[in-house]
Amino acid sequence: MSRKLLLEHAHIDGINGYETYRKHGGYRAVEKALKSMAPADVLEEVKKSGLRGRGGAGFPTGMKWSFLAKPEGVPRYLLCNADESEPGTFKDRYLMEKIPHLLVEGMILSAYALGANTSYIYIRGEYSWIVFILEKAISEAYAKGWLGKNILGSGFDCDLYVNPGAGAYICGEETALIESLEGKRGNPRIKPPFPAVKGLWQCPTVVNNVETLAAVVPIVNEGGEAYARIGVGRSTGTKLISAGGNINKPGVYEVELGLSMEEFIFSDEWCGGIKNGKRLKACVPGGSSVPILPHYLVTKTAAGEDRLLSYESLADGGFESGSMLGSGGFIVYDEDQCVVRNTWNFTRFYHHESCGQCSPCREGTGWMEKVLERLENGKGKLSDMDLLVEVAKKIEGNTICPLGDAAAWPVASAIRHFREEFEWHVREPEACMQRNYGLVKEKAELA
Amino acid sequence: MQVASHNGKPFNFSPEALTEVQGLMVKYPEGRHKSALIRALHIAQEENGGWLSIAALDHVAETLRITPIEVYEVATFYTMFNLEPVGKYVLEFCHTGPCAIEGAERLLDYVRQKLGIETGQTTPDGMFTLKEVECLGACGYAPMMQVGIYYHEHLTEEKIDRFLEDCRAGNIDKGSWKMH
Amino acid sequence: MPKVKIDGFEVEVPEGTTILNAARQIGGDIVPPAMCYYSSLKGSGGKCRTCLVKVTKGSANDARPLPKLVASCQTQVLDGMEVANISSDEVLNARRGVVEFLLINHPLDCPICDQAGECHLQDLSFEHGLADTRYEFERRTFEKIDIGPYIKLHMTRCILCYRCVYTAQQLTPERVHGVIGRGDHAEISTFIEKAIDNDFSGNVIDVCPVGALTDRTFRFKSRVWFLKPMDAHRNCEKCSGKAVAWMYGNEIFRVTGRKDQYGEVHDFICNTCRFEKKALEDWTIEGPRDIDRHSVISQNHYENKTVTVK
Repeated sequence: MSRKLLLEHAHIDGINGYETYRKHGGYRAVEKALKSMAPADVLEEVKKSGLRGRGGAGFPTGMKWSFLAKPEGVPRYLLCNADESEPGTFKDRYLMEKIPHLLVEGMILSAYALGANTSYIYIRGEYSWIVFILEKAISEAYAKGWLGKNILGSGFDCDLYVNPGAGAYICGEETALIESLEGKRGNPRIKPPFPAVKGLWQCPTVVNNVETLAAVVPIVNEGGEAYARIGVGRSTGTKLISAGGNINKPGVYEVELGLSMEEFIFSDEWCGGIKNGKRLKACVPGGSSVPILPHYLVTKTAAGEDRLLSYESLADGGFESGSMLGSGGFIVYDEDQCVVRNTWNFTRFYHHESCGQCSPCREGTGWMEKVLERLENGKGKLSDMDLLVEVAKKIEGNTICPLGDAAAWPVASAIRHFREEFEWHVREPEACMQRNYGLVKEKAELA
Repeated sequence: MQVASHNGKPFNFSPEALTEVQGLMVKYPEGRHKSALIRALHIAQEENGGWLSIAALDHVAETLRITPIEVYEVATFYTMFNLEPVGKYVLEFCHTGPCAIEGAERLLDYVRQKLGIETGQTTPDGMFTLKEVECLGACGYAPMMQVGIYYHEHLTEEKIDRFLEDCRAGNIDKGSWKMH
Repeated sequence: MPKVKIDGFEVEVPEGTTILNAARQIGGDIVPPAMCYYSSLKGSGGKCRTCLVKVTKGSANDARPLPKLVASCQTQVLDGMEVANISSDEVLNARRGVVEFLLINHPLDCPICDQAGECHLQDLSFEHGLADTRYEFERRTFEKIDIGPYIKLHMTRCILCYRCVYTAQQLTPERVHGVIGRGDHAEISTFIEKAIDNDFSGNVIDVCPVGALTDRTFRFKSRVWFLKPMDAHRNCEKCSGKAVAWMYGNEIFRVTGRKDQYGEVHDFICNTCRFEKKALEDWTIEGPRDIDRHSVISQNHYENKTVTVK
């Protein structure tokens, strides 16, 4: 069995309530930190833990925290990014729904380390019922003295609020999140300045993912070094993976980083193999924006080594033959799935979610969607693949925020690995459409 | 979009909602109460029958002491805000990635046929509006839809049938954006 | 003061100067094009991506190049920084890409567009555009709207530079228009039926880099290159009264602010000067405005006496 640091108690009845959470060791870390550690000590443990941002970018959390500017007399803010919207990703939702106090506790610890007296959880608007789960947990924490003024007599004040969005993937980008939290459109800001210097209301701000903040609890409880011993290389600790697609056991799993992809997909402890006895065709291991891996690169790297669930191993081979751990939104495709249709679907998503601020993303995502739609519907041309690669290249790296890259990568990687399938759509459109529509309509309906 | 076509009936927050919105405004530092805008819009939408009329948007602007254009810019950016009248139950089907793999398209065909409407339309009896939305973060429990503040997951044709009947019988709880 | 080298030309500029403004101090063809940045509008820039450049050397202290192309209008120079603009194929390629993106949904209706001849998108496509389009889909269109008696909004031509929004925000008492909707359906709009009505609203026409916002009092009256731009001034209570009178013979066809060589107005003028003072006696004509000799506007005149042009 793999160790669980976040979801160990998630299955317990009533763990979403304060009493049960407390009975199972909840708020022990806050007691420890506020009674026996200075804020710098907490930061030091997080640095030692090697914890990396769990939202997708994988940036070392301790380093991000140490960039926070601390000018005299200016408030600092900690924001929790709960705008989980990357297709394939539903892990933060699980954590917040099942064990909301873990996030609250992690935020108190992190706010203490950063010297932030006010923190907000920015949660996607569609998770509306979770807003109230979190607010209930927060009011319980206030009632028990874990939030508010002078917590545990330490002199540390901490206020925590929930702020919902209203349907915009882009608000998961940290500066768009800040804009949205200020009550504006979710247009990403141009960086620099970075939020660590000028963030919410132009004050120094740290934005961390739900899972990242929750992981601070076991780090404080067990020490950064103990946390760093779990995992492999620079991928320390555990990671929540939300697995979906054509597998027997979709759901949210907490894995020790370094678990083999083979075991994760095929063992009964995890995904339980491909549904209906079909074969594995491809896998998108880190949310829709990361490069798709064809079956022969899922469990092995191009060099023939075992592919592991870790930041490094998934990225092995770069964009030629690798992918990314990303947000842990793990999507598995069986042999019946159509890569062209799936790429069109993802591109439609990014087109829909583009904020429209900068020209390459605003115009390029829509263009790619239209070309893919034409290909999928049997009206494509053989030159379309080169056109798509070219358009993707003109978007990538040239936009204000990473949404442009996120839109470009799935297209570029799908064509890189599945070019024949794209060409097949042009050469034999009828056969393709039969097969594709076969997925949504019974064969009989086609005739 | 161009110029909004629906002015709507006069709108005012109910006394409870007004108290709540004013309570939201003080969660933010002095002068930063504009941050309460998005949640205030959710509440206004709920109190205005599921959509935001110009009257509702203007009332929110007035309550938050900001200009109407600031509210229009925000309300039109976020997809959860409906700017046209909707039915009593808005069925928001996810059609992205894993949901598409797991048969969302087929299920949508079924719902369209069953209700006799296309995506974006409302049934003539004003009961149902059908929306297709992007990933709702329920990929492991696909296919799914959101109605009100709640998710309905692992959908099948049978479940849809039952759900629609329950709506007609008034047995479906849409939940509320107002204080719980 | 930091020194920066752009395409091999060195310039010393005050701390905090952007690459774009440093390049403007050098001048010539190494100046990156800018469709959304506007010096006098706070917060503008960074959006259109036409001014992307390559920082080949970060600074004297840290010589590493920056990994991605940067928006030169937003990136401040550091001492010892080296920048490649027209000397970098990567930059020129990216710029071609941006121009292509800006054009795929543009109507290319220059023959009937009042902005033709002074349109930044037209210049940009002339320099960086492809001869043919690779876009084979229906273009996005919007209906034309009159926003008040003086201004025509032709959203189909808009490139969403946001300049008019900043103008309204910074020059007028209450902004009533903004960007509505999102993605490629975002548009400049008042959202409700409302005229933009205040003394300085006309400046949105001057800041618009394309023909999305045009002067209704000048609409279809003449092509700009048939007119003679003359510096003119009048005593005005509301603004500086320093303007350009665009003349045909002795008739004033339109009045605009005085644009510099980068198309930027520094003295914004009021609506009275712009829309209501079209009689010769309203103005003191100072003389011909200095126009870049490469501009289509200077193709026409000055060697002839004004009276004979007609």
